[in-house]
Amino acid sequence: MAVTKRVVLHFPRRLVEQPVIYRLVKDYNLEFNILRASITAEPEEEGLLVLQLKGEQEEYDRGVKFLLKSGLKIQSLSQDVTRNEARCTSCGACVTLCPPGAFVVDPKTRQVNFDDEKCVACGLCIKACPPRAMEVHF
Amino acid sequence: MKTISEINEKIQQGKAVVVNAEEVIDLVKEKGVKHAAQHVDVVTTGTFGPMCSSGIYFNIGHSKPRIKLGGGRVYLNDVLAYPGLAAADVFFGANALPDDDPRNRMHPGDFNYGGGHVIEELVAGKDIRFTANAYGTDCYPRKRLETWLNIKDLNEAVMFNVRNAYQNYNVAVNLSDKTIYTYMGVLKPRLGNVNYCSAGQLSPLLNDPYYRTVGIGTRIFLGGSVGYVAWQGTQHNPNVLRTEAGVPKRSAGTLAVIGDLKQMSPQWLVGTSMYGYGVTLTVGVGVPIPILDEEILRHTAVTDAEIYGAVIDYSDAYPNQKPDIVGEVSYAELKSGTVKLQGKKVPAGSLSSYSKALEIADILKDWIKRGEFLLTEAVAPLPGVESGVAFKPLPERPLEI
Ligand code: SF4
Ligand code: SF4
Repeated sequence: MAVTKRVVLHFPRRLVEQPVIYRLVKDYNLEFNILRASITAEPEEEGLLVLQLKGEQEEYDRGVKFLLKSGLKIQSLSQDVTRNEARCTSCGACVTLCPPGAFVVDPKTRQVNFDDEKCVACGLCIKACPPRAMEVHF
Repeated sequence: MKTISEINEKIQQGKAVVVNAEEVIDLVKEKGVKHAAQHVDVVTTGTFGPMCSSGIYFNIGHSKPRIKLGGGRVYLNDVLAYPGLAAADVFFGANALPDDDPRNRMHPGDFNYGGGHVIEELVAGKDIRFTANAYGTDCYPRKRLETWLNIKDLNEAVMFNVRNAYQNYNVAVNLSDKTIYTYMGVLKPRLGNVNYCSAGQLSPLLNDPYYRTVGIGTRIFLGGSVGYVAWQGTQHNPNVLRTEAGVPKRSAGTLAVIGDLKQMSPQWLVGTSMYGYGVTLTVGVGVPIPILDEEILRHTAVTDAEIYGAVIDYSDAYPNQKPDIVGEVSYAELKSGTVKLQGKKVPAGSLSSYSKALEIADILKDWIKRGEFLLTEAVAPLPGVESGVAFKPLPERPLEI
């Protein structure tokens, strides 16, 4: 079964220059799409890479194991940004701000749905949401 | 055709026909205005959006020894309140901030906590930290008071909003080259997005454009409970450009509303932060419209396609009080998700929740159907188009040095 997952990779400094992503492609047949990347200059800090990975479930699982063994921290992206549903008023202030369009207005009910699979954790909605229903967890 | 007391009789017998301002649209299409007006007794409306001119007042009771708050300084959870009244009365506004909030020192400021949030917490039954300084008198000797306050211990706790439920509102864009942070939300540069803030076809005053039934004394839904129209709201401006059907094309009428805060619910009074602008309160208001004749019914059947808002540039025209508008768009276009402005397709977002407005209209409908909520005859009308009441700019007269 083919799967598409969004993950956040935290690299320790020593791995920043290793070809980990190349190995994911070559050894595990995973397609990748870089959603966000940053490498900080501070020596004690780390690199951060937000990826969309696509491939067979089995190979994806083995690929994740390989990443963990290499010493990376890996998080599923949908856990990073969540919505406190009780606070969301479905106002719609987030809809035009979210770059990948993770907020979709139901044309019938006018409720604003949050599709966390689309979220790239850019953080734009966090402060722009008037009742502060969007939460980011690091 | 019908009178309010006849409708109230039907409500008490559980026989009143009540529909919301969305349902009435299809009903009129199906039955025609004449039949629909005979059939329907009440149309309910609703709106749920940030309403900055909202506030509360309350009386804390007298401490022992007594303290005179009037003329002193009062804070609720460190947020500044207004103690310019007698000894134990306090007014508190939705936009108030703690003294040490950095505001826009690092623009755009976060505005995480302020008056609107305190009001939400108070209504939710949470304890609030009350701190006061006073100057002390022979009869009110105390100079300092620090205590927890709970809404259930207050003598009166009243919501009193001097301007709510705007009849139509500006549609906001940004023509400049940088992002701006406004009370109409975050506006991206070069027409990057367009924000609106009205429930459109569900909005109370857009369903009664000439204030034929809503007036002073009208019983309404306010913050999850019953409230009343106290007066026309500040900046009430009935004589604006209107469509042929009478729908205002600019910000027009407003309501001042009042109600018992103790009966209200935090679900319908939500503390709100406008990034880079300030704090406010999102308020739920719903107004029932008695269908006394065909004209009143026809007005309630207004659709989003027939309501137009003026698109205003919040980077220049709005702050500098210039009359220019970028264009006019209908709420149907806005709700489609994109509007065409200056030849560009611009994504549209909202600040007012349509789904919650519908929920309010339905709650009100339910109350009326169950005979729990009777309609009121207005004690006096709101100033209408011919009243001469108009919203004027400030005639600034510089002080001499
Ligand atoms: S801005 Fe916040 S409250 Fe409004 S729809 Fe988006 S998530 Fe919900
Ligand atoms: S953080 Fe918010 S704005 Fe950014 S992608 Fe996720 S949902 Fe969209």
